[in-house]
Amino acid sequence: MKNTRTRALLVALAAGLLLILAGTAAGAKPVTIEYWQYYYESKVKLVDELIREFEAKNPGIKVEHKTFPYEQFNQKVAIAIPTGKGPDVVNLYYGWVPKYVDAGYLQPLPEDAFPKSVIETDFLPMVEAVKLDGKYWGLPTAVRALALFWNKDHFKAEGLDPDKPPTTWEELQDYAIRLTKRDKAGQLVQSGYAWNHDGQDNHVFVQVLLRQWGVEPYSADNRKVLWNSNPGGYEAFKWWTDLAAKHKVGEPRFMGDYRTAFITGKASIMIDGSFALGTLASKAKDINWGVTVLPVRAANPKVKANFASFWLHGLTVNATGEKKAAAEKWLAYLTSSQVMTRWLKDVGELPARTALANDKELQRDPIYGPFLAGLTYARATFFIDETEERQAIIDGANEVLLRGTDPKIALDNMVRKQQAIRDAYFGQ
Amino acid sequence: MTSAGSGVSRRKRGLSLQQRTSMWGTAFMAIPMLFFLLVRIYPALVAFNVSLHNWNIMSRSRPFIGFANYATMMADPEFWNAARNTLVYSVIIVPASLALGLLTAYLIQSVNRARGTYRMVYFLPYITPTVAVSWVWRWLFFKNGGAINQILIALGMRPQPFLESVHQALFCVASVVVWQGLGYYMVVFLAGLEMIPSELKEAATIDGANRWQVFRTITLPLLNPTIVFLAVLGTIRSLQIFTEIMNMTSGGSGQGDLGGPLGSTMSLVVYIYRVAFYQFKFGYASAMTVALFFVILLITLVQMRILNKPVEY
Repeated sequence: MKNTRTRALLVALAAGLLLILAGTAAGAKPVTIEYWQYYYESKVKLVDELIREFEAKNPGIKVEHKTFPYEQFNQKVAIAIPTGKGPDVVNLYYGWVPKYVDAGYLQPLPEDAFPKSVIETDFLPMVEAVKLDGKYWGLPTAVRALALFWNKDHFKAEGLDPDKPPTTWEELQDYAIRLTKRDKAGQLVQSGYAWNHDGQDNHVFVQVLLRQWGVEPYSADNRKVLWNSNPGGYEAFKWWTDLAAKHKVGEPRFMGDYRTAFITGKASIMIDGSFALGTLASKAKDINWGVTVLPVRAANPKVKANFASFWLHGLTVNATGEKKAAAEKWLAYLTSSQVMTRWLKDVGELPARTALANDKELQRDPIYGPFLAGLTYARATFFIDETEERQAIIDGANEVLLRGTDPKIALDNMVRKQQAIRDAYFGQ
Repeated sequence: MTSAGSGVSRRKRGLSLQQRTSMWGTAFMAIPMLFFLLVRIYPALVAFNVSLHNWNIMSRSRPFIGFANYATMMADPEFWNAARNTLVYSVIIVPASLALGLLTAYLIQSVNRARGTYRMVYFLPYITPTVAVSWVWRWLFFKNGGAINQILIALGMRPQPFLESVHQALFCVASVVVWQGLGYYMVVFLAGLEMIPSELKEAATIDGANRWQVFRTITLPLLNPTIVFLAVLGTIRSLQIFTEIMNMTSGGSGQGDLGGPLGSTMSLVVYIYRVAFYQFKFGYASAMTVALFFVILLITLVQMRILNKPVEY
């Protein structure tokens, strides 16, 4: 008797509890938003942490974090958004933004939550690259610039001062020739300069070499490709391809790719972005490396140049109503100074807010310093189709390297292809 | 219940056995046919429809443009480069696979011991995933430190650029396809060889024919159905070559740079993939797919007409 009564009581209690639980669940109804980025270990780990903290501060919001391999990311996003199932906040390369805006996949950042005037005073000027039709289509947490890395042990072994990296392109060429080593069969054993056409050198040519050889790469409205608009362009392209074709200081596929060549101690100098710092820290532990600002031309030392790029967080058209408000909050959190500071520490990418970029202590940092210095004069290329534009440069350089085409002809062909991409876009 | 059942059985009794058999046959055939229509024919028709539009996946408006995509294709040098490469792949891969497959099968058949082991060894590459095979060969073909160049250097020869050369890359890829597919050709040829009655060969031998004469005048003609089958299948497959190219000759760092240096290994399917999934031009990619379909159909019909000669003894 007693037993059954206790049991009945327990059942009633359980039923009551369930009812209460169901009631609260129905009342709170958390909003779930999706955040997509490509897979990069340190970023994924940090974002997971940030989500936990964000959700604790905003109990009504759940953030689902999805990642894809870099090679598939653009495709996945492009295919998902039209179906209405994709992300609410998406991490995009700034060069893809014109295409995405054109496709109607993004919505501009709302003026009330992200006032234009605040963006323009608080963020680095390069974010203007994603200001289209007078509106901002997203904001970055971090920005990247390029710098020159050198292997101090290689310098020492070759009798060069290990603390004096090349400061001019002419020096870089001399050093690279001296540092290049081949075996009896003529095979490259040590590359003096990790020359490449599919990595960062692709941007070095457009935004650094061309400018230092006196060529403004694009017209002010970005419609015209001006690489061959004066003899400097031909000279710059010849100088650049000569490094590989004539001086043979590097091969684009040596050790797989330029960064692997440097990390494995097979390349003495490379140019890479701040995003490489994480990989270098974890994989190049045996390498005694230094980093410094990009070289200038001895004949034209005043013109400093650098290429900046960034990934931004954009608001997709999927984010509407409650989800939009939640997505805005998440986006604001991701681009806050507090997150930027952690991003720098955990991922190694530079903060996108002017106040942090101008931080004196950071500028004196031996590793971040050169990148921050580069940021002050860096330009971001306005890409229409980043992949195809890059391919055109790879093909142009390969024409010279593999077919022995006259660099002049190769440059003209390259410009024709680049211009066709722009004409197709602006002609619409 | 019972009346309905008896009604059916009465109606059934009205049909002849032949009619009933064919009815059941049709009913069973209908399911795979429906599946085939839904999974093969319908998407093909959709692809044809897409090919008549300016269909960019990243654009909301998809205007009908008639055959403009086909006109673009005719004027696109990269399309013709890919088409030429694809043809070269087929011309290398199919005859080489047939010759080597037949040779291997013939040799294995004349071996008395450990035939099963040989068969297994030659068949193993075929069951290995193509992606893995492609990467292993990519490393073997590596210019600096790759195994093949190490061997060449050890033999006192000059190292070769292989996959980094506009002239050699395509042949490297083709050789891997031949190597990997060899086991399949061998197994089918072995089955074909087993089918040839030994009396015919014995009779010829007694009549004084040597091994080569027996092979040329008896084995080869009687293997014709096998050869036709393998030639047609091999051609179709080599016209659709994709995985090996993607994995052996795509970019070193970063995304893109498909199809080897200066597109030297680019096949039609790889180019279609690039246009569709890197440039998002689905209309143009579909137009090329439709064109490829008709080319494969045409080549297959011609091959069957030319190669399929019945042999009677």
